[in-house]
Amino acid sequence: MISTERQLLSGDSAIALGALHGGVALGTGYPGTPSTEILEYLSHIGGKAQWSPNEKVALEVGIGVAYGGARSLVTMKHVGLNVAADPFFSAAHTGVVGALVVVSADDPGMASSQNEQDNRRYAVAAAVPMLEPSDSQEAYDFTLAAIEISERWKIPVLLRVTTRVCHTQAPVQPRAAVPPPQPHFEHDLRGRNLIPSNARPAHRRLRQKLSEMNEWSETTPLNHVISGDKKLGIITSGVCFMHAREAAPDASFLKLGFTHPLPLRKIAEFVRSIERCVVIEEGDPYLADAIRAAGLKIESKPEMFRFGELNVDRVRRILAHDNSPEPTRPPGKPPELCDGCGHHVVFQALHNLDCIVAGDIGCYALGVLPPYSAMGCCVCMGSSIPIGLGLRHVLPPAEAKRVVSVIGDSTFVHSGMTGLAEMIYNPPPTGHVVIILDNSTTAMTGHQEHPGTGRTLDHAGTGKVVYENLGKTLGIEDVRVFPLGKDCAEFQQMLVEALASEKLVLIVARRPCVLAAKNIRDYEKCATCATAQEVLAK
Amino acid sequence: MNKTVNVVIAGLGGQGVIKASDILSEAAFRSGFAVKKSEIHGMSQRGGSVTSDVRFGPQVLSPMVPPGEADFLVVLAPDQVEVNRGQLRAGGVLIAPELIDQATLANRKSFNIALLGALSTRLDISEETWRAAIHACLPEKLHAANEQAFAVGRQAAAKL
Repeated sequence: MISTERQLLSGDSAIALGALHGGVALGTGYPGTPSTEILEYLSHIGGKAQWSPNEKVALEVGIGVAYGGARSLVTMKHVGLNVAADPFFSAAHTGVVGALVVVSADDPGMASSQNEQDNRRYAVAAAVPMLEPSDSQEAYDFTLAAIEISERWKIPVLLRVTTRVCHTQAPVQPRAAVPPPQPHFEHDLRGRNLIPSNARPAHRRLRQKLSEMNEWSETTPLNHVISGDKKLGIITSGVCFMHAREAAPDASFLKLGFTHPLPLRKIAEFVRSIERCVVIEEGDPYLADAIRAAGLKIESKPEMFRFGELNVDRVRRILAHDNSPEPTRPPGKPPELCDGCGHHVVFQALHNLDCIVAGDIGCYALGVLPPYSAMGCCVCMGSSIPIGLGLRHVLPPAEAKRVVSVIGDSTFVHSGMTGLAEMIYNPPPTGHVVIILDNSTTAMTGHQEHPGTGRTLDHAGTGKVVYENLGKTLGIEDVRVFPLGKDCAEFQQMLVEALASEKLVLIVARRPCVLAAKNIRDYEKCATCATAQEVLAK
Repeated sequence: MNKTVNVVIAGLGGQGVIKASDILSEAAFRSGFAVKKSEIHGMSQRGGSVTSDVRFGPQVLSPMVPPGEADFLVVLAPDQVEVNRGQLRAGGVLIAPELIDQATLANRKSFNIALLGALSTRLDISEETWRAAIHACLPEKLHAANEQAFAVGRQAAAKL
């Protein structure tokens, strides 16, 4: 299904098409807005793609693919790279044989994220090359370039995109597909085994590669000058190039596509060629700091523009030194739990019993909003169980007994299991209650499968992690499965008993997501089909 | 057409804002224009506010319609009109949900397409291209209902 026709694609879909045409053997990742559609589209167009339990596992599978001489694409949202940081840094040291392209989809403005984080810093910290596309065509082209760079320097490459690149549809002209290499494992005992005596020379090799890539970054057309008015020059990357080009169509531009290591000679030449040079970038002053550290005189945005996305209007303000308060848009309608969602019953009970709820990342984070306002904290994937335990350890008994950890099914598989191990190993004196809100899908990101659904990314049947069995095997004394209905009283009664028991209790509160229920029934009906997509296509 | 056309489509999750913007951008793409369509996904299926920006013309740079520069604001939910009115430029056209009587639609879910029908009378895109875009973006069993809704919208546009 290799089409080279010009087509309208989102940045996410363009990355997937680039991966397919670039001969990627396997795409792995964990769902997370705005990255989710990359692997879904890769699978849709005939590539091999699979969800992993979390981003660390996804990257480690990808490293294995690349050690085997094949090409690998690993996708995640910005916070996913925090989870995958350990293998990311070490893979930079070992290097790879095939290609390893890691997509970090950042979310400036936090349309659907818990924090605002600029992952360009990771390229510097891990010492890997970085590419930043600014639209769908570049998302396609830069994915192919990332594969080439990864194979040429035998190093993981960070393809850093943002929400407006991922979720903007724009025309893409594909090219002819590149043939993939033949996978094969070649022993390299010193290169692939990071014991200190091997890791020391590995770090030197890594810095040598970076130094070569630095020379290359000075000449690659990925970094290019667009000549214009010499009075104003703009240095920019990613989607900010588009905003800035529209805000200042007559200015000169240095458009940076390869943003680590930075071409500082080229930048210096550009800065000196114009009267006033302004760096336009979203998030952290990554470019501005590096350019200033090189002793060059540039302007950068005031602190107020560090927050949120940039747009044409904000770029105009930066260029005009306009730091006056920006108009705020009237608030829209906030999202809420769907009618008929099983989470209603659980949050009603938690609210009625005045529980101290350590929550987690997913639809159920909406339990923090009225009418329930029933969540004490929500920090990061998998944090509900350990944070709940921490509270139980220190609060006075009367308060400690009201602490409950609430975690979704996909989030539990992502990083909740180690929390259960902690609970068994270091049980609080008052016991603890963990509720897995099992809606049988990764609901918030748009109903992706995970190891607890027993279906693969394309909804075909596979092995299944069963939480109640896992809880019992780990050694939790009291494991209960509760099929959620519409009535709260029975669930609430069970929760009262669980809290009073002062034991370690795991409750699996089960009801398929109302938005996904029909599809789930269809996938189950079709367990005997080759793939469930045949049914969906009807 | 020698300038970029800016359209903002707004509504609530589940109303078909994204689908309407898909069809508009597909129609513009098939007409040979440069086009960009941008929206915020994520929480959209949970009933919250959703907007999608579609820009097309000889060249499109930023994917987002700059604040106060929309030529057209298409709104699917009555309570989302005021929230988004600031997106319109002076003299821009508001296509509000009251324009369409939902009882006249073969399928009420095609309300988004009816509003697109109204919008279509103001754009330089042929009816044939619109039909092709609707066919490309929706499953076959929904084609008839949506073509009917599109026609209802075109007629209602006389009231704009």
